Amino acid sequence: MGARAIWKGVVCVGAERVPVRLYSAVQAAGVSFRLLHREDQSPVKQQLLAPDQARPVPPEEQRKGLEVEAGVFVVLRPEELRALQPPPSREIRVEEVIPAGLDLRWFDHPYLLGPDGDEPGYFALAELLEARRRLAIVRWVMRRRHYQGALHARRGHLALSTLRHPEELVAVERVQVPAGRAPDRRELALAEQLVEALADDFDPAAYQDEHRARVRSLIEAKARGLQPALPRPEAAPAPSPDLAGALEASLRATRRSARG
Amino acid sequence: MAEREHPDDDEQGEPEELEPGPRALWSGTLTFGLVSIPVELYPAVRPARVALRLLGPRGRPLHRRYVCARESRPLTPEEIVRGYPVEPERFVLVEEEELAALAPRASRDLDLRRFVPRDQLDPMLLDRPYLLAPGGQSTKAYHLLAATLERRDRAGIATFVMRGTEYLAAILSEGGLLRAVTLRFADELRGPEQLGLPEPRRAPAARRRQLEAALAELERDALLPELLHDENARALRELARRKRAASADVIELPETAEAGGGGGGQVVDLMKLLQERLGEAPAPAPRAASRRSSGGARAGSPTRARAGARGGAATTRKPAARTQPRSKARRRRG
Repeated sequence: MGARAIWKGVVCVGAERVPVRLYSAVQAAGVSFRLLHREDQSPVKQQLLAPDQARPVPPEEQRKGLEVEAGVFVVLRPEELRALQPPPSREIRVEEVIPAGLDLRWFDHPYLLGPDGDEPGYFALAELLEARRRLAIVRWVMRRRHYQGALHARRGHLALSTLRHPEELVAVERVQVPAGRAPDRRELALAEQLVEALADDFDPAAYQDEHRARVRSLIEAKARGLQPALPRPEAAPAPSPDLAGALEASLRATRRSARG
Repeated sequence: MAEREHPDDDEQGEPEELEPGPRALWSGTLTFGLVSIPVELYPAVRPARVALRLLGPRGRPLHRRYVCARESRPLTPEEIVRGYPVEPERFVLVEEEELAALAPRASRDLDLRRFVPRDQLDPMLLDRPYLLAPGGQSTKAYHLLAATLERRDRAGIATFVMRGTEYLAAILSEGGLLRAVTLRFADELRGPEQLGLPEPRRAPAARRRQLEAALAELERDALLPELLHDENARALRELARRKRAASADVIELPETAEAGGGGGGQVVDLMKLLQERLGEAPAPAPRAASRRSSGGARAGSPTRARAGARGGAATTRKPAARTQPRSKARRRRG
């Protein structure tokens, strides 16, 4: 049973066109609560209130504004906002093709793409990006907004992740690690050995949200009228003063468990 | 519907009320074998600077508040409780403290038990990026782990519980700074099979050659960050600038009124905090600095903390109706 696509577009690589369907790659898996007013257990709703909180402001009295400096707003009228909307387009335009390994902070929301006709084109594009370990940086217009993203391939299928704007990322590269903080050579050698002893391939399926299961059983118990006893908080472990000693002991323990 | 179903639900959430200085989202312990490293977690993304605000008739920014559906009056966070629907109109109430207490001590640590090649972190799994600052007196173990991860080109993987939600995280090092990125759990991701996509099959050579040539034309060595500038925001800013110059529809609030956005000082403070925590010596480290160029951004302004229910000033985006009383707008999971 096929899922419904969110949107249809055409990946444009120069003059080449590959029609695609866009699907959300994320599905909710958490425990979904409602927010209630404690007193009468009625669900709360959200309302827009004036600063004095005296009354809700109905939609026809609301205006949109942009704060241009602290305390100064410019009101943007609906017709002006409409005029700013980019013209509708189906093009997902490839702007550049770069080596995979982009800083992880850029990646925002993932989508999967499916072919929409031209299956050969779709699978050829996936094959080429995957085999050459490349990302295609793309821009497109969807639902009257501009988007930018990275087109990549994942086990033979195309995926698209939106990318964050440069303005959104904290400029960590400006933080300078002080010189003279280089780790001790022996400690570094031990730490590297420990990392290699614990090295493995990444298997996302090996991790489950255990807390989610605990929340579910709490809810089930409470639904049956039980009030489960809560575990007592424990103290955090103290940092070890002897780094090399702690690393050596960790290595011994890791090797023992690997043998046993 | 999941709240981030569409890219429309981008990061232009509700700006949180101004806070004095950067505040850690979480502080805890990174453990690596028997070595424990106290750390503090800060967001590595910040709110979009250009967010449309909803204004009232007299130009005052509106605030989104939770109100009781029956009494239609705003509620304080203490008056709000999470409920899980067990049957129509019947909820099991779950307190914040109960959720917090569910997490055993160990789950509140980031226990790095596995180290994976960095390039195996699937972009589809990436959720939110964070920075880790040394949390304790000694930074020796922090620097050691940072150097080790960078030299081995590996990321440590761990799960941990933060504010009542369990996260899967990868810990990596970049230029001597430890970073975390939360990852989606595998069951939060849909696969091609679930979507009913056709099985991959080898494309005809002719079509492959056409696309190969077209891709080759666009080949570059690295990302051009200019391609990622926010076009939507640019257009809004431009319009607002023109109108202001023409004195059209400009509202100046009196000094005492609450201003929104701003807060550029916060990021400066976060930089300063990181700089101080990493060690006192302010000497430049050119070698580390040059290695830190993998597509980072340069810009400075407020650290993003997702809006909580109590203080969010209203923007034009509606948050999902189901959310939590005292936490990030996006987290609905318990």
